[in-house]
Amino acid sequence: MAHVSLKALEKIYPNGYHAVHGTDLEIQDGEFIVLVGPSGCGKSTLLRMIAGLEDITSGDLEIGDRWVNDLDPADRDIAMVFQNYALYPHMTVYNNMAYGLRNRKISKEDIDAAVRGAADMLNLNDYLDRRPSQLSGGQRQRVAMGRAIVREPALFLFDEPLSNLDAKLRNQMRIEIRNLQKKLGTTSVYVTHDQVEAMTMADRIVVLNAGQIEQIGTPAEIYHQPASVFVASFMGAPPMNMLEATLNGAGAIEVAGLGAIGALNSTPYSGPVKVGIRPEKVKLSNRQEGDNQPFIHEFTEELGAARLVHGRLGDMPFVVNLHQEDMIPEGALFASLPVETLHVFEADTGKRVAV
Amino acid sequence: MKRAAFTHPWMPVLLLIPQLTIIVFFFYWPAVEALRSSFYLQDPFGFGGTFVGLENYFTLFQNKEYLRISLFTVIFTLSVTFFSLAFGLVFAVKADKVLRGASTYKTMLMWVYAVAPPVAGLLGVSLFYQGHGLITQIFALFGYEFVVGVNYKDTAFAMIAVSIWKQVPINFIFFLSGLQSVPRSIREAAMIENGSPFNRFWTITFPLLAPTAFFLLITNITYSLFDTFGVIDVMLRSEPGNNPMTLTYKVYVDGFRGNELGGSSAQSVILMVLVLALTVFQFRLIERRIHYT
Repeated sequence: MAHVSLKALEKIYPNGYHAVHGTDLEIQDGEFIVLVGPSGCGKSTLLRMIAGLEDITSGDLEIGDRWVNDLDPADRDIAMVFQNYALYPHMTVYNNMAYGLRNRKISKEDIDAAVRGAADMLNLNDYLDRRPSQLSGGQRQRVAMGRAIVREPALFLFDEPLSNLDAKLRNQMRIEIRNLQKKLGTTSVYVTHDQVEAMTMADRIVVLNAGQIEQIGTPAEIYHQPASVFVASFMGAPPMNMLEATLNGAGAIEVAGLGAIGALNSTPYSGPVKVGIRPEKVKLSNRQEGDNQPFIHEFTEELGAARLVHGRLGDMPFVVNLHQEDMIPEGALFASLPVETLHVFEADTGKRVAV
Repeated sequence: MKRAAFTHPWMPVLLLIPQLTIIVFFFYWPAVEALRSSFYLQDPFGFGGTFVGLENYFTLFQNKEYLRISLFTVIFTLSVTFFSLAFGLVFAVKADKVLRGASTYKTMLMWVYAVAPPVAGLLGVSLFYQGHGLITQIFALFGYEFVVGVNYKDTAFAMIAVSIWKQVPINFIFFLSGLQSVPRSIREAAMIENGSPFNRFWTITFPLLAPTAFFLLITNITYSLFDTFGVIDVMLRSEPGNNPMTLTYKVYVDGFRGNELGGSSAQSVILMVLVLALTVFQFRLIERRIHYT
């Protein structure tokens, strides 16, 4: 168990590709951190730099109180779970889990106790003599977890560990991994491109884009207070609606082609903005009142617990998420955008306007 | 699944005929002929022979020279197989690690393989030629007179060295492709769990190369026994004298130089049995212990 600290970490590949820009991140002892972002955002590179599988171009990396930039992966006291499990195909489940311990000159009895303990925890007792090729995807994933657990490392690293599983198993393993981590209290860094995993598992989420941190925060902060247009549109399904607008010094928001939709109490910024609203915050009615805007209904996706009403606001695509009890009103539709639920971002930098 | 069937029963037979003809004429018939003539004492001028039963075999096993050549063949096969596999593996592991200029490096190592075998054999042999051979000159620098074709040990060394040299590239190619098919994440998982690259190689990488290594073991033993004929011939120039040779070369020397067809046939039958036994042994015993992913 240990805290981890990344200071101005940079990665530039020999071919000149700048994969990770000066990254600062302090991970608390026992914390579960999720790195999330689209493919190519540098999240895996960052994880691999922590693991020691990629060189660090510049900056400092500390695990516990040790500066580990130049340490071999084996000396960093970490364990990693890979996307394709990376089990040793020629070894039994037992030997897969024991391998790391054997290389640390630990007594046979202690290894046996550790392996059997982990197998108990992961319900792998009946499979210890099997080879990975004889196991299902979920079982392989458990073995990979077991291999990480037995070593009692200071830090767990997960590289998209669930993306090879089917949806049902993924939900189940997600919960298992999170419970296991809570029980063991081991600091963890988890990489995924799946925002559901990020939201449900993380103590804190780190949203990455093009090698840079966009935002660090709890799942609630990320969802309700996105720091940029990128975070706002990346996190959330369906994504946040975005409208082009202008914000004047008095706080009035005027959407292009629609007119005023409301006013902020005060604003430190004026100029072109992007205004975002979560689909579940929009209200639909068939009466025009206040700053309601006409909504052109195109089609509806039925999700059971909710339904997604797709359409247009002016000429911009717009989605409304209605709770199952809420009916779609008859006749002409108007969408109301409560001003307290709006997210306002500067149009050119994409940064959130502090309100 | 529906099974494809022929409408006429003679159709599959017709399609098999070309292949069967080749096998019968070039493999079975000569083999049977060798077996038959090994029971005869052949007239050197080809005017028929006398049936002598197993006498040709008894003569062979009592012949000290034949036993000496057998022993040399064992040493020769073991050292050629071992060293060509070992060098191939070492080069492949090193080439696999090279990032910059990797393709140049690989091409240079594979070059020998692209040269036609007899030419490669000649090139190798010329390194050991008396007077102007490069390796002969290097030995001379240390005050050792290296004489291929006269000194038994010198000739043996040159034969083994050239045979190894010719076989390394093919082993290199196979080992390299084997190494590159080991998933990167497995190697990385091992890097995290095991700090010793040497131990890592023998516990993770090599077992995953085992299918490749097994295949190469068979082909290399076969190579050492049979395909080294050219190298040996170039080196001895059909005049074995007091020099070392392998069992395969002895078959040629006795049969075509000595015109002793009966004894030579007996020798080739022994070689056939040897190869058969070796193949069965390898597949039965070794393949069972190898994990194929």
